[in-house]
Amino acid sequence: MRTSEDVADGAAAAGHFASVDEVEARLAEAGYLASPAVATTVYLADRLGKPLLIEGPAGVGKTELAKAVAEVAGARLVRLQCYEGVDEARALYEWNHAKQLLRITAGRDESWDETRTDIFSEEFLLARPLLTAIRGRDPKVLLIDEVDKADVEVEGLLLEVLSDFQVTVPELGTVRAERRPFVVLTSNAARELSEALRRRCLFLHIGFPEEELEQRIVRLKAPGLDAALTASVVRVVGALRAMDLRKAPSVAETVDWARTLLALGADTLDESVVRRSLGVVLKHQEDVAKAAAKLDLDAV
Amino acid sequence: MNGGSGLAGRLTGFVRALREQGVRVGTGESVDAGLAAEALGLADRERLRAGLAATLLHQEAQRPVFDQVFDLYFPRTVGAPVPEGDAQVPLVREELRDRLAAALAGNDAAAMAQLAAQAVDSLGGYGDASGSDGWSAYQTLERLRPQTLLARVLAGLREGQELREGQEQGAAFTDRLAADEIRRRIEGFRGLVATEARRRVAERRGADAIARRAVAPTADRVDFLFAHRGQLAELHRTVRPLARKLATRLAARRRRAARGRIDLRRTVRGSLSTGGVPMRPVLRRRRPGRPELVLLCDVSGSVAGFAQFTMLLVQALHDQFSKVRVFAFVNSVDEVTDLIEQGRADPEGLSSRILAQAEVTRFHSSSDYGTALGEFAERHAAALSPRSCVFVLGDARTNRTPPNAEALRAVRDRAQRVYWLNPERRSAWDTGDSAASVYAEVVDMYECRTAAQLGALIGRLATV
Ligand SMILES: Nc1ncnc2c1ncn2[C@@H]1O[C@H](COP(=O)(O)OP(=O)(O)OP(=O)(O)O)[C@@H](O)[C@H]1O
Ligand SMILES: [Mg+2]
Repeated sequence: MRTSEDVADGAAAAGHFASVDEVEARLAEAGYLASPAVATTVYLADRLGKPLLIEGPAGVGKTELAKAVAEVAGARLVRLQCYEGVDEARALYEWNHAKQLLRITAGRDESWDETRTDIFSEEFLLARPLLTAIRGRDPKVLLIDEVDKADVEVEGLLLEVLSDFQVTVPELGTVRAERRPFVVLTSNAARELSEALRRRCLFLHIGFPEEELEQRIVRLKAPGLDAALTASVVRVVGALRAMDLRKAPSVAETVDWARTLLALGADTLDESVVRRSLGVVLKHQEDVAKAAAKLDLDAV
Repeated sequence: MNGGSGLAGRLTGFVRALREQGVRVGTGESVDAGLAAEALGLADRERLRAGLAATLLHQEAQRPVFDQVFDLYFPRTVGAPVPEGDAQVPLVREELRDRLAAALAGNDAAAMAQLAAQAVDSLGGYGDASGSDGWSAYQTLERLRPQTLLARVLAGLREGQELREGQEQGAAFTDRLAADEIRRRIEGFRGLVATEARRRVAERRGADAIARRAVAPTADRVDFLFAHRGQLAELHRTVRPLARKLATRLAARRRRAARGRIDLRRTVRGSLSTGGVPMRPVLRRRRPGRPELVLLCDVSGSVAGFAQFTMLLVQALHDQFSKVRVFAFVNSVDEVTDLIEQGRADPEGLSSRILAQAEVTRFHSSSDYGTALGEFAERHAAALSPRSCVFVLGDARTNRTPPNAEALRAVRDRAQRVYWLNPERRSAWDTGDSAASVYAEVVDMYECRTAAQLGALIGRLATV
């Protein structure tokens, strides 16, 4: 539990934003259009100094949000991309063995004790994202991306780092964050995360945006597309999402589709345009067939 | 508003109601929720909702329950809706329908919320004087019948389109989306009416009481035996997430088991060479990996929903087992493993496909556990091995035919473990024609009424 001491501790990150409105406005300047829920939760994560766990389908802007927060906070983005088999050496730190060997061969006449002290010093340490994120005084955003892809064991490591914001390197001692990074974890829910990790975090689910917001995103990302056409694109995508497809189209697909239509020089969304470009929005052949049937398209 | 004074009191009541709905909220989270509410204030209700959800929830599945409880403890407004302009109060049905049609056509969210409040106020009250006994969403919707507005809204939209475009272009492509869009908006309006009726009732009886009675539980806490069609469909959508969760848990268990426990006897024996100092702990040999799973399911009408859900869940989990085989029965047993594999695309139709394509009944169509168990033991014994874990699913209601516990014993003796999952409340076992305790003497029987219970049981039992 949080104690008043913790908050007073200079290590707490809090304080990039003064209000929810400010979050919304500054993210928009960085090209990210936040829903009220997104803006509110980012504000709270900053204010309470807690890591933010973002879940949601692929392509709804989870990663993009972390990048935008880094940009507006004037912070360095430190990214740990998770995958099956990512381990401590990739996530936390590793000794630079090659360099250590060179050093050992170079210093032949000194005692082993001297050599040992030397080769286990800062100079030979390779900091990985988790260590990088808590060292130094400059502001940072730590993005732990697709944490559900990592093995369960890595969660223990994350839990440790995110609880104390300190890392112990046996040969060097303990590194304690002078300034806590703003932490974002993202997950596609490929695997259920542990209760303990969830409890450390504020939780944000980003789903598909409301029609009005999605139109604004398209206008921002595909400027120049006719307003009526933009509205139609968003409506069709909404209809596709209601169809229970293998993979529902996400914001990323909506934007791709809008850009494709711009490139094709289409000025309205008619049957033949939809038929020709549906492949941009739907990734599986069976989805294309199902959608074509439901939308009453002639043979695709 | 009841339940303490001010924001702190309201939050306390809110958190208590969430816990009663099965949301696990720790003290750390309540403290954070308090800090969030303080930082955000009450002025913007949707921000407050988002902030409390961020601090109190850990998964999206709990969101529907959260929203219903939030609407009770932080209501949109207080009291009856205020009449606007020259409208006569209460609004008559036809006027409500006219305005609703316009709001649906224009996708006007604010107007729909207003109309939901007015509709409950004019049409939803019951008792001596309207509303003296309560407010009913069901009655409101029965009288208003918003679903019958579809054709009218569509005709209106088409007309507007033609006026604007001077009929030159014919129907635009997006017109074919309109019907489904309007249907979704009507669905949304029904939700608003339900929320409003609960708010009005809570004003009279207190939010605590209504939260306890009227909040619809998350799908995974709905009783299998009483779930209606809509809930079953919703339940099927939880199969995949639940399977993912279980897969994580089963894999972790297997890993733990594989690491092995210290074998004390062999450690001590080994220590003789080091003068009795146990230098090297000896680990028990790891057990074999994935177990085989055999499901034996009663698919008769009364428990079909339960069996179907479990079959789909096990199918989704098949990676976790070296082999999964599923048998179904009413009064005769047949293997349905393949049918389930094909059935993933259309879970709702699974039951009827099993009844149509597998031979699960003979001579008559009521359950006969004794005969079915006997047949299984006799004909499908080859499916069982010392590595198989068997789940029998059913209510053990034998229609007063002989239970044939012998057959169950034979199954038990050939398998590693046999568990019986019974979807009936424990207190109903052995009433009427239930032979529950006869079978419970032979194998371990567990009450399994909801998807949440089922998930917990499979996660705990299905490792050999
Ligand atoms: N609210 C938004 N404002 C601006 N752009 C957005 C927004 N939401 C999504 N996008 C667009 O969608 C694209 C995909 O977003 P992103 O890669 O962050 O998705 P993701 O949720 O991280 O997906 P994945 O789970 O596949 O990693 C971005 O490049 C961005 O253009
Ligand atoms: Mg991403």
